[in-house]
Amino acid sequence: MILGPEALQRLIEVLALEYRVIGPTVADGAVVLRDLASADDLPTGWIDEQDGGHYRLQRDESAGPFDHVVGPHSLKNFLFPPREPIARFERVEGVWEECAPAAPERPLAVIGMRGCDLAALAIQDRVFLRGDSGEGEAIDPAYQRRRNGLFLVAVDCRRAAATCFCHSTGSGPAACSASAGRQADLALVDLGPGPADGVAPCAGPRRYECRIGSERGAAVIDAIAADLPLRPSPPEDVAAAERVPVDLERAMWARERSDGGPGRSLDMENIRDLLYSNLEHPRWLEVADRCLSCTNCTLVCPTCFCASVTEVADLSGDAVTRERHWASCFSLDHARMHGTSVRHTTASRYRQWLTHKLGGWIDQFGTSGCTGCGRCITWCPVGIDLTAEVAAIRETPAPSTGPTP
Amino acid sequence: MTNPLPAKIAVAAPAHVRRPRVAVYKFASCDGCQLQFLAAIGKHPELLSKVDFVHFLEASRAVEPGPYDIGFVEGSVTTAHDAERIREIRRECRTLVTIGACATSGGIQALRNWGKIDEFVAAVYASPAFISTLATSTAIAEHVPVDFELRGCPIDTGQLVEILTALIVGRKPRVPSTSVCAECKAEGVVCVAVARGVPCLGPVTQAGCRAICPAHGRGCFGCFGPSDTPNLVSLNLHYEAAGVPRDELLRLVHGINAWAPPFRAEADRLAAAPHVKVAAP
Ligand code: SF4
Ligand code: SF4
Ligand code: SF4
Ligand code: SF4
Ligand code: SF4
Repeated sequence: MILGPEALQRLIEVLALEYRVIGPTVADGAVVLRDLASADDLPTGWIDEQDGGHYRLQRDESAGPFDHVVGPHSLKNFLFPPREPIARFERVEGVWEECAPAAPERPLAVIGMRGCDLAALAIQDRVFLRGDSGEGEAIDPAYQRRRNGLFLVAVDCRRAAATCFCHSTGSGPAACSASAGRQADLALVDLGPGPADGVAPCAGPRRYECRIGSERGAAVIDAIAADLPLRPSPPEDVAAAERVPVDLERAMWARERSDGGPGRSLDMENIRDLLYSNLEHPRWLEVADRCLSCTNCTLVCPTCFCASVTEVADLSGDAVTRERHWASCFSLDHARMHGTSVRHTTASRYRQWLTHKLGGWIDQFGTSGCTGCGRCITWCPVGIDLTAEVAAIRETPAPSTGPTP
Repeated sequence: MTNPLPAKIAVAAPAHVRRPRVAVYKFASCDGCQLQFLAAIGKHPELLSKVDFVHFLEASRAVEPGPYDIGFVEGSVTTAHDAERIREIRRECRTLVTIGACATSGGIQALRNWGKIDEFVAAVYASPAFISTLATSTAIAEHVPVDFELRGCPIDTGQLVEILTALIVGRKPRVPSTSVCAECKAEGVVCVAVARGVPCLGPVTQAGCRAICPAHGRGCFGCFGPSDTPNLVSLNLHYEAAGVPRDELLRLVHGINAWAPPFRAEADRLAAAPHVKVAAP
């Protein structure tokens, strides 16, 4: 199926009948995820330059609406929001009563999700919807409700930022991959003109090769086709669309840094055991000199799931709301037990982040917690790069005899 | 997660709790934090039925004698008389809470601590002989034990209501010790340091303001003082390498909480280290 620009607009309109439509848009100097009113809100003509601690938008007249890559937000901001009330109790004449839950929100339709986004979704599903695996049920009802209603429009990346390394973690750049569990209701590949630093396979006008991934997706396409004739994809467009992720992946493996070294990638081989057997490595102290313990990496990471729950009483003492809010292993409070923190040093917190993300995660959920999206690198104010930290440990895997951080 | 509580729980009616008697004091300060009390009362008039403000000159001339259950102290110690008075206040307050940057770190006026006090006095006052002042502006906690610090310039009304609620029911106040960055991320604010190259003190500053400056496109000024594990050296080395001039960084650290120990040490490092020549960005 080929969708033209009018069909993209129509797609947003059709989705808006049933869903709250979220997608990429330019705000405050970055591509963020917000409510979309029309296709004009998409970041057409913008690309992003990303590196450690660095993000800049640039005009590129050849860029389509999806030639940026991932920004600071992710699906996590919507499915697992930063703050959310999970229960409320009120005292009426001395008797505490649980208030009825708030009316369910509109289901979400999210446009423009990439391979790494869908990979992160699959990882968060394993965290919040554990139960199908028979390991004891651990289902988060709010996440489950939003997840069940979620409509996904995936897009294949045509360029990668210097911070992207999904090619080495197996989470992209192809948006959908049935074998990797990355699925969407609709998947688009832009076949129009594109920026010089990407893979734009076809000339010709802006158009999107669209694959249908679910019955809901098919129903939406039918609704668009009802008043806008859609033509089936000619074989050359199908072939061009299939080439996009293949070419991009090849280009990512071939990238070079400005100093001629290999571009960013993460060697996943035996990564858990590598980290576990280097818990005393001097690198943890070295990275702690640079790390600010600011929590940014964990909060932008699309898979980090830590939260804490507090009961917030109002002044009357007659009403209390139980609230869940994001937490991070970089804060002192995260490891507070029996009145004190067990992770006073930044070295111990950085080690917690990396060993959990790439080690403990595998034990808990069967995969690493990293999709290679690069957000933690770009949005770290001092540009700390987990791929460089892992590489440094891999290079000199000498368990030191120094003190535990 | 299923809710462990039954839908209805009957509890004994709480025993009558006496309203705490509260005093609010002012030292060297601008009164902004005291105004936040009035703002909080405006937002939550029921506060007045929960606590008795029996000594609050910003609000009323009527003063009841101590002792008081809770004393809130705004402002820093800048005179010998201040230093004496805070000891008396400590004696008459069961719980002592300092509020705002002045009381918790010495405030912007602590910049005098790096200068020569006689020169300041001579420059400002027509008759310096009448002025009796200390050479320094210091935090209340440098003079007497303090039970709790509420940071900010000014303090946040939400945090003020939280601490009052906590003190009324006798629990520990819940105030975050993470960085302002955590609030940027929770509010969905795009990082001004990363996306615009604006030097921002947020990564080393305690949360509490809901990232109001980054939300308006500005870097954090550090109003809430140092976060729980601040690393100013790394942050400033990074800003300097990105082309921010050292005197601009020094001005940033020499701000509202200049005398807070981590900021003070960083200001001294920036002033002492040889000037690093950096290429224009
Ligand atoms: S660890 Fe970093 S690169 Fe990996 S998923 Fe999280 S934010 Fe992305
Ligand atoms: S412990 Fe740290 S790395 Fe692991 S999920 Fe929590 S915040 Fe993320
Ligand atoms: S990490 Fe891969 S899938 Fe994600 S935005 Fe970058 S290139 Fe696309
Ligand atoms: S690695 Fe970077 S983003 Fe993460 S806590 Fe350290 S300084 Fe902050
Ligand atoms: S704008 Fe400042 S406070 Fe906010 S995330 Fe960036 S560095 Fe942190």
